[in-house]
Amino acid sequence: MGLAHGGRVSAPREGLRMDTTTAPRPATTTPPATELMIDAHGLEKRFGPTQALAGVDLQASAGTILGVLGPNGAGKTTAVNILATLLRPDAGTARVGGYDLAKDPASVRRTIGLTGQYASVDESLTGRENLVLIGRLLDLSRRGARARAAELLEWFGLTEAADRPSRTYSGGMRRRLDLAASLVGRPSVVFLDEPTTGLDPAKRDDMWHVVRSIVEDGATVLLTTQYLEEADALADRITVIDRGRVIADDTPDDLKRVVGGQTVVVRPSDQARSFDVRRILHDVTGKPVESPGNGLLSAGCTGDEQFWQITGALASAGIRVTELALRLPSLDEVFFSLTGKEETVCLP
Amino acid sequence: MPAVVRHSLVLAQRSLIKTRRTPEALIDVTLQPAIFLVLFTYVFGGAIAAGSQHDYLQFLLPGILGQTIALAGVAIGVNLSEDVSKGVFDRFRSLPVARSAPLIGAVLADVVRYLLIFVVTLGFGFALGFRPSAGAGEILLAGTVAIGFALTLSWASVWVGMLARTPGAVQGILMLILFPLSFGSSTFVATDTMPGWLRTVSENNPLTHLVDTERALLLGRPMGDHLWWTLGWMVALVAVFFPLALRAYRRKA
Repeated sequence: MGLAHGGRVSAPREGLRMDTTTAPRPATTTPPATELMIDAHGLEKRFGPTQALAGVDLQASAGTILGVLGPNGAGKTTAVNILATLLRPDAGTARVGGYDLAKDPASVRRTIGLTGQYASVDESLTGRENLVLIGRLLDLSRRGARARAAELLEWFGLTEAADRPSRTYSGGMRRRLDLAASLVGRPSVVFLDEPTTGLDPAKRDDMWHVVRSIVEDGATVLLTTQYLEEADALADRITVIDRGRVIADDTPDDLKRVVGGQTVVVRPSDQARSFDVRRILHDVTGKPVESPGNGLLSAGCTGDEQFWQITGALASAGIRVTELALRLPSLDEVFFSLTGKEETVCLP
Repeated sequence: MPAVVRHSLVLAQRSLIKTRRTPEALIDVTLQPAIFLVLFTYVFGGAIAAGSQHDYLQFLLPGILGQTIALAGVAIGVNLSEDVSKGVFDRFRSLPVARSAPLIGAVLADVVRYLLIFVVTLGFGFALGFRPSAGAGEILLAGTVAIGFALTLSWASVWVGMLARTPGAVQGILMLILFPLSFGSSTFVATDTMPGWLRTVSENNPLTHLVDTERALLLGRPMGDHLWWTLGWMVALVAVFFPLALRAYRRKA
């Protein structure tokens, strides 16, 4: 996608911006104490017999990305919908962009952009018409709405497809258009509900790039995801929720420390060398070596240092590999470490 | 211009673009009244009007107008329900747009559909032998009343569209209400041929008042108080269903 054009998502907004230092991410534990753009306390919501949220707190400082991590049904979408004024909480208070959700929803709506889990573009309208429509609803002039639409289409690499009905778009293009639609009003708080679910890895990387650019431009992002890897790659802070409750709230680094860091995975080309690989893994990590099957060997690993030692040892022993990776724990493993119980994660 | 009007017009424009892209969505306001006109005139006309299909056509045409208006109201409920299920409305609801604007916009855009009904029914009817006694002024008034009534009735459809869970359910519920409503009226036969209880119902049916108003305006039949009843029903329909539709829309997750 045409991100190389270097377009900017949003122009500065007075008083709602700060200089961002998202990449490289500072190693400090908490972002500097600044204005909270998202500040929710004790959010509760019940749908019939289901307690979707049972007292959730969420905080995001200006210019940062808050990752909300959890399985399907954890309450992520409910929380986003409440913060985006689509749902009223049964209990709890929240301020978004400094405005009280209950008292001043109109100002909240002027501050936010929402990209829901399902691309909510109008299929019979073209990409351009979709964006112009939003611009007009945001009271841009006809000319202003067209200009903003053209700018976003260019930035999201949709210029060529701009005048085709969006029902002809691929899944990735629809996501991009949907995201573009949420940025028309240059929002200072952007909600992204599982923006990469269902995208292939290349498209996912594009989306990550976009999310980072939004923040570099000064917006604050709340992003929900089912993948620790995604939250780790993007978020300054991760709130893990499960069954409507917050079970962890930490920086990515601290969260990884809690959930047991990474796992190094090796598959030797020659299975006869398995024993040597086992020895190397054990010597370096000091952790038990497991064989998850398929000729794979794995062991817990506490950082890049150990990984380099392992690759070095494999090289000097002349062991060829068909697979060598450093992996983050899966959501299952995160939940197991945090709650001590197996979590049934149902993926879509 | 107040924001709600401005946003409603923008959203009406959206509906019109959608209609232009899917002309088949206009079948119920173009082909359908034409087909019904032919069917009822030639299948039932002979039996109902003692052999004179020409006479029956004069009586029938304002009735078909009323029935088509009632049935064409189904579409808006179904379309809005689709917008809701596809998440399009969530986007609108997250914008600083008046809550009523997406609904008012959709209803406004339907003016085009109802105008088509009036033009197609009268035009095609003329080709079949419909000969109104009305002058231009009366035809204009007949069209205005018909379209105005249709817009107020569509708020009931909007309400059902906001309540029912799926677009299919919206269609089912609305047909269940609108079909008996359109037949249990003076649409196809005079109400004095009906048994007592049904006669009471049909004579108070808003569609009867609309259809008899149209008959009076187009054919010079006695107006009685039908126009007043029609206007009264229009006020009542909006007074009841506009707030209901808005409330249901606000609640919709």
